[in-house]
Amino acid sequence: MSILKLHFKVDGSDFTRAGEASGEVKKILKELGFNPDVIRNVSIAMYEGEINMVIHAGGGEIDVEISPEVISIVLTDRGPGIEDVALAMKEGYSTASDNIRSLGFGAGMGLPNIKKYTDEMVIDTKVGAGTVIRLKVFVT
Amino acid sequence: MTVNEIKSILAADVLCCECLLENDVLSACGSDMMSDVLAFAKEQAVLLTGLVNPQVVRTAEMMDMKCIVFVRGKHPEEDIVTLAKDRNIILLCTDLEMFTSCGLLFAHGLQGGGGKK
Repeated sequence: MSILKLHFKVDGSDFTRAGEASGEVKKILKELGFNPDVIRNVSIAMYEGEINMVIHAGGGEIDVEISPEVISIVLTDRGPGIEDVALAMKEGYSTASDNIRSLGFGAGMGLPNIKKYTDEMVIDTKVGAGTVIRLKVFVT
Repeated sequence: MTVNEIKSILAADVLCCECLLENDVLSACGSDMMSDVLAFAKEQAVLLTGLVNPQVVRTAEMMDMKCIVFVRGKHPEEDIVTLAKDRNIILLCTDLEMFTSCGLLFAHGLQGGGGKK
């Protein structure tokens, strides 16, 4: 299998559609016959990232590279950035509004969940400019 | 426990995927916070929630969950039912509250996730 590259634009104005890109990647990984644990890890991590983009950053873009050895995901947004990454990584810490919590998110588990389900996670962020999160899930 | 047993225990209505009722579930997670659900990685699980929006179905999809039970008499809109149907996720509705629903399923032998690992 050669490397498969996918690109998604995530609409920040429609919460109901958040997760469509992650669902599409999950479907493709299933069709390619990846191990169910790998598929679940990639899907959950990407879904949390996609939700974060919609609720915190007004949308963004996601690039996914699928190879037999590793699945790489790059989530890019031009949102407000993360002021304190260490604090944002703490379970239960969230800057989400009550409105976001009423939708079932903003429990302060997004970034910790992404870390939990991936093998590598690198966050590049600048306040006022945006955030890039690079993730890797190794297949073997 | 089969989804059909869950349906009986909770006196629940089936909204879609009735043909999958004999599927087995091994554990359950009850929450209105989807990020808490996403932290719960268990095979063949059922989700109990009082939250009604499309992200409930997408969360279950990412987690490979077999069934969602809407508690407290909550009923999803048709678009949510369609989303679940397309993903072969069974939707149930019960008038029981969250605590009562979880308690009944636990008393009948269904386990939770065992806490944070």
